[in-house]
Parts: sequence; C-alpha cells; structure tokens
Amino acid sequence: MNRRRQLCTFFLQDLYFGVEVEKVQEVIRYQEMTRIPLAPEVIAGLINLRGQIVTAIDLRRQLELTARPAGQLPMNVVVRRDDGPISLLVDEIGDVVEVEEESFENPPDTLEPRRRDFIRGVYKLKDKLLLLLETEKAVSVAGAHAA
Amino acid sequence: MDDSRPADELANSMDGMDEVIKEFLVESNEGLDRFDRDLLALEKDRSSRELLDSVFRAIHTIKGTGGVLGYEKLVAISHVGESVLSRMRDGSLLLSPEIATALLSMADALRRIVDEIAASGTEGDTECAGVSEKLNAVLNGSKPQPKPEPKPNPVQTSSLDPEVPPRLGDILVTAQLCKPDLVETAAERQQEGDQRLLGEILVATGAVHPEAVAEGLKVQSDHRDVVSNTIRVDVALLDKVMNLVGELVLARNQVLQFTANQEDSGFLSTAQRLNLITTELQEGVMKTRMQPIGNVWNKLPRIVRDMSVGCGKRVEVEMEGADTELDKTIIEAIKDPLTHIIRNAVDHGIEMPEVRAAVGKAREGHLVLRAFHEGGQVNIEISDDGAGIATEKLKAKAVAKGFVTAEHAERMSERELLNLAFAPGLSTAEQVSNISGRGVGMDVVKTNIEKIGGTVDLQSTRGKGTLLKIKIPLTLAIIPALIVTSGGERFAIPQVSLIELVRCDGEQAGIENIHGAPVYRLRGNLLPLVDANRELQLPSQGSSGSVNIVVLQAGDRQFGLVVDEINDTEEIVVKPLSKQLKSVACFAGATIMGDGHVALILDVLGLAQMARVLCELREQALSERATAAGETTARRESWLLFRIGKGGRMAIPLSLVSRLEEFPATKIERYAGREVIQYRDQIMPLVRLAEALGYAGAAESELLQVVVYSASGRSVGLVVDEILDITDEAAEVQQIQQVKTIKGAAVIQQRVTDLLDVPALLAAQNLSGVEGAQA
Repeated sequence: MNRRRQLCTFFLQDLYFGVEVEKVQEVIRYQEMTRIPLAPEVIAGLINLRGQIVTAIDLRRQLELTARPAGQLPMNVVVRRDDGPISLLVDEIGDVVEVEEESFENPPDTLEPRRRDFIRGVYKLKDKLLLLLETEKAVSVAGAHAA
Repeated sequence: MDDSRPADELANSMDGMDEVIKEFLVESNEGLDRFDRDLLALEKDRSSRELLDSVFRAIHTIKGTGGVLGYEKLVAISHVGESVLSRMRDGSLLLSPEIATALLSMADALRRIVDEIAASGTEGDTECAGVSEKLNAVLNGSKPQPKPEPKPNPVQTSSLDPEVPPRLGDILVTAQLCKPDLVETAAERQQEGDQRLLGEILVATGAVHPEAVAEGLKVQSDHRDVVSNTIRVDVALLDKVMNLVGELVLARNQVLQFTANQEDSGFLSTAQRLNLITTELQEGVMKTRMQPIGNVWNKLPRIVRDMSVGCGKRVEVEMEGADTELDKTIIEAIKDPLTHIIRNAVDHGIEMPEVRAAVGKAREGHLVLRAFHEGGQVNIEISDDGAGIATEKLKAKAVAKGFVTAEHAERMSERELLNLAFAPGLSTAEQVSNISGRGVGMDVVKTNIEKIGGTVDLQSTRGKGTLLKIKIPLTLAIIPALIVTSGGERFAIPQVSLIELVRCDGEQAGIENIHGAPVYRLRGNLLPLVDANRELQLPSQGSSGSVNIVVLQAGDRQFGLVVDEINDTEEIVVKPLSKQLKSVACFAGATIMGDGHVALILDVLGLAQMARVLCELREQALSERATAAGETTARRESWLLFRIGKGGRMAIPLSLVSRLEEFPATKIERYAGREVIQYRDQIMPLVRLAEALGYAGAAESELLQVVVYSASGRSVGLVVDEILDITDEAAEVQQIQQVKTIKGAAVIQQRVTDLLDVPALLAAQNLSGVEGAQA
C-alpha cells in the first residue's frame, strides 16, 4: 500500500521545495510589506493579512541563497503555527503535488550541515527532486528565543 | 409558586430550555456577585436603603427563578436569607458583622449549588444545612419573641421575570408613600382572586394617592429600561465580527483606490461615506472587547473581608483607576494572580491591629489597588502599609531550602533578595495559614503574569509596607498614538509617553552638540536628542531645513526624538509582534493603519535604553569622564562658555555640567553663611564665580544664571553672569600663570578663554565634599 502525501510546492532560485499541505494556511501573491528596522536580516517585514499582522521571513535569506533580483516580487506561503501564522517569501508558487512515501530519501550527508537543517528530505520525482522543507527551522530566527 | 414545574419536565419540553437554565446560571452568578458587593457596602453604610434593596433583590431573584426551574435547595436556602433581609428591611434587625458573615456564607452556599447545577444539571447533594441553621440562629437570636418561620411576604414572591424590577408595592413603601401593611393587604386581596392591579386596589381602598401610584410606576419602568440596556454576547461571536470588519476594511481600501480614477461624484461621496462608516465600525467592534479592570477588582473586597475576619485583622481596600480598560482575555488572565496577591498582602503584609497600634500605625490596614495606562502598557500596583518583607528571613529560608548558596545570598542585593519571594516553595510566613504561606502563590503569580507577556516587580520597605507593580502589555488594546514618519516608514508613538512637539526651523536651529551627542535647549534645560533615522538605521531623507523633535518621557528622563515628519494622532489597535521579533527591543508591537498598511509601535523605554538615554550608570560615567577631562589637555571636547564679571570669559567641559538653570534671586536662602537654593529636593550650595575668582563688575540681576555641577549625587550651583555658548573643539590648555582655581587658558572660538578647575574651586570653597569619593 502506497502512502501518499500532498505537498504545496514552490521555487526558490533553482531549488524546488514542498511543504505539507496541511501546514499551509494559504498562498497569496506579493503583499506590501512594512520593513522592521534592526530586525534580523531574514525577517523581510510585516504584512497585513486581513487585519492580522503576519511576520514574513525571506526564505532566500534564511537558506543563504543569493538575493532575489531587483524587480522580482516574492510570493507568500503562509504557514500555520500555534502562535499565529508566519509568511514565507518564495520566488514562485508551484502546484500541489502528490508524492509517494517510497520516493522519500534523507538528505545526502554531503549537504552542508547548516543547509541540511532546513531540508528534511528529498522526494525523487520523475524529472526533478522535490525538497521537503523543515518548516520548524524555516520559521525560527537565531537569537529570537533568547528572551 | 403555582407556576413552578419540575426541572426535568421543562427540560424535556424543548431544547430552548438549556438556554433558560444557562441564562439563569449566568444571572445567578452575577446576582451573587452583586449581593456580595452591595452587602459589603451596606456594612459600611448601614442606613442605605438602596443597598439593602439591591441585596434583597439579588437573593429574591435567585429564589424566584430557582423556584420556577424547580431547584428546591436553592429556594430553601435563599428563602431563609430573604427572611433575614426582610427583617432588616422592616427595621427589626440591624446588620451586624455576624449577620453579614452568615449572609455571605449563604451566598457561597448558593454559589456552590449554582456551580453544581452548571456541572451536573442537578443541585447535587451539597451540604448546606449549616448555612440555614446559622441564618435561623440569626433570625431567632435577634428577636425576643421569635415568630415561627416568618411567612414569605406575598408582595415579594409573585414575579417570575428573571430581571425583576422592583415591585410597585416596594417602591411605594420605600418612598414612604404608603404603609407596608396596606400594601400587604392589597397583595393578599390579589392572591385571593382580585383581578385588579395592585395600584388600582391601593387607590380604590384609599391607601394611597393616584399620583403616587403614577410616580411609582414611572420608577418601575425606568428600572426596566436600565435592565434592557445591555445584552450578553458570546466572545467568539465578537471575534468573528472583528475579523469580518478587518476584511471589510481591506475591501474598503480597494474601493478607495478605485475612486482615484473615477469622476462620478455620486460614487465618490458614497465611497467617502463607506470609508467613514467602516472606520467607525472597526473602532466600535474593537471597543466591545474592552472591559474595565473594575470587573475583576469588584470581587476583591469580599476576599479581603473574609480573610481579615478570619485572621482578626482590619483592612480597608482602596481602588484607583477601576475604569482602566483592558482586553477581555487579559482581564481573565490576571484574575487569579490578583487574588493571590491580595491574599498574600492581607495574610502576611498587614499586621494584627494591636501590632499596628504598637508601632504607631492606624489599627486599620490599607490596601491600595491602582491601575493606569503608561508607556503602552497597563500598570497595576498593589500596595499595603503592612510590615513589609523580611529579606533576611527570605535569605535564610532560601539558603535552607537550597535555592542559593549562603555565599551567594550574602552577595545578593536587596532587590535580588526580594525577588526570591517569587521562587517556588518559599514563604516567610511563620505560620502556615489556610489562606497562604504554603509556598505556592507568588511563583504562580509570576508565571501567570509572564505568560501574558507582563512583568512583576516587588518593592518593600521593612515596617512600611510592600508595593507590587505589574506591567501588562496592551495586547489588542486601543491606545491613542502619535504617528510620525522617519526614513520613509511610519511609526506610532504611544501618546502616554509624549510630552510635547518642538519644531525648529532653519539649518540645525537650536541644536547643539556635546561631544557627539546632540542636545536641544528646551526652555533652558538640555534635552538629549535621539535621531530616529540613525538609531533605527533608516535611510536619511536629507535635511529639509527644519527639525521635528518629539519630546518623550522614558522613566524619569526626557529625551527628544528627531523624526522626519510628524503626521497625526490616531487611535491605534496594538497587536503583538511574533516571537521571531522578540529580540528587537525598540518596538512594542504593530498596528494596522487606516489605509491597511502596517506600522510599528515604538517602545519608548526600549528606544531610550538603546540610545543610552536611560542608563543607571550615567551619573557614574559623568564623574569618570570628569576625571578624564582633568588629565588630558588637547582632546576634542565640548565646552560650555560663560562670562563672569565684566570681561571674564571662562569655559568648563560640558561633560561636567548636569544642567543649566535660571533661578530668581528671591529664591536664594542662607545656610551656614553660604548662599543655598532648594533644587530637586536638595539644598544646593551656590558659588558666585565672579566673587570667588575675584572678578569685578558682577551685576546684581533678578535672575541668576546657574551652571549645575553634579558629582556623586550632590550638586553645586555655579552662578555666572551669562551663558555664552556651547562649542565643540580641541582646546590646548596652556599654563600661563599659576592660579589655583584656573587650570589654564585655551583658545576657544579664536578667543583666549580661562578654563575653570571646578574640583579645585570647590576645594577652595570648602565644598569638596561634593566631590565625594572622587577626590
């Protein structure tokens, strides 16, 4: 019996990522953002999500990728959290993809440990690899838990 | 009680019944709370007929409705209580502490039953015989010839309306328009089958004037109006409505964006109206969630009374700011912590009356509750004038229990020691009472307050009392704020921290520099300036020629925040920042502006700390810099230039100056042959520099220009004739001539200027005590 799960997918630079569909509250196009002075770099700003203030985390920064080219507006993948939603800024939204557990594999050991933290595993699709994002890590900001 | 039906029959009749019971439970709880409150008030003001009526009504309503729903035990107990109260109403019984206690324990018994009904749907087998006995004892003991069980007054039993307005008969009797026995007779006739209304019977029998009846009816209907003014709403529903309003605001914003390309004036004005209405709707809905803190406080006097009676103390409770509004969720969260704190204060804080009298305090202890908004937070202060906290006992206990090592304990400051009170399992109570002292409590208080993002601070003076300060963030609260723009971003500044706005026109007008720290002379005082763009690392917009200064209060200091633009004041809804942003100390939250954009709320205290406006070590740093200044010569420094006598041009390092003041000459007093002045609760000696240094031509002016020099917390005022300037330059000190009080001369602003050696001058004036440890 094949166990299947649905992933909401998105693109970041040349990487293809997925997040469990049940963790995603919604996907919205670019929202105007309020920058937060002095905030950690990975925090892109605050967006107004229908009256709720949501912190947006730039996944490119979080994963230490190159900065998004100027003029390219990011999209929001809003993930559900116990203490309120958090938005992840990505380059582009993909389809909801159904994957089989059999095609799952742990990230290779050669992956740099720092980057490995963000990738829980890899689904081998026919034509490409789909990386499963470690959302817990993706929404955490260094130093924010000190308080 | 012809209408009373068994509860189960009613419950079967329709689903709506649940609603009726729920309603009854809520009402009964409220009624009992009101009963407690008014009974306590009645204890203080025994002559108040109004309070007595209110107490009576509360019990009567429970008895009436309980009867309808078939709750026999409830009826039985409230009936005895009602009998006691009606004896008080007819004046044959006076409220004594014993009676009050009996009545309060009756209320508790009723509460237990109500809780039981809420939990299981039945009255359960709660044991309440003791309560009835106590009340009966009160009834019988008070009157020499006890009536058998006083039969319930028919006038007071017929209503089935849960929100019982006072009965016409009661109103007439209270207003002394009609004798009680006549009303009773009329009511009896009604019971016997007289179809007429009570008022009609009374008028017909000539017991009362028709006008009086009309008046009574008016009072009655007024009361009905008051009753129907409020409705109960489920909070979840309010939340839902609030979210919908949020969506509406967004839709409104989009509509407004369309208006830019539209020329149809009808559409434009409709859009404008939509805009206004939406804003008002939003504000209105937000406000529905706010509740005055008094809602929680109201329960506290009862707790205090029970406890103080229990331990033989006398405690007076005072409340200030009971109308301070808090979000409902916060009100819920602080209920238990507050109760704990109050219990602790009465149990451990306030001493026994004899002890108090022995140390010269009033026999009655004082407990003060204060609530107010400050710095975007709600502050709650609970203070008592009791014995204070014995830190050495805390210390011993903490060591004994192994919380800290003896060595560590010795090194702890008073404040750290006090905070041990919050450690779990510590109590200094010598006796464990049934109320507190079992070592749980204060740690629970701390965790609960911190859970909602608040802080607790304890201050205590041995023998004087204890002050507990709670600060809670205004999550979801609405506060007035000033909106400013800096670096292209808008920020909200809570109005409570705002003192005034200053706008200086022209190039850097009025802004001076002290060693890299900009200051502004605000009515003669130096106001440190903080540049918002620089502190928040925002792109600078370039100078527009004028400077906007927002003067803010942070703790006991003031500072000026320089912003690009000052926009407007607005009521904003404070929303918390996510935990990812906890490390950023200078923001208290965020808010959504009218146009849907998010703006950050500045945390004035956090900002002040970041900009080092607030710094406990400031005094220390100041004196350290003073010594440093004495050693180096050609360092770039800020100088205060002043004139003494006719041509004396002198300078001192600005770092030595704590303030520049002006005093009228009339304020000068004398102490030990020296001129002194009262300054900030201190006696500050004055030194007239012209005299002290032998300069001639000092003018006797009405207004003294004084340079306040502070070291080690003490100040000396140096009287000069004119403050010339503050300048920032490297002055090379040259020794031309040996003068004890002059360090040398330097060229400042292209002119030769004497540099005053303040410590030496003070030594010469026998004032070097001011230098303290410095010397």
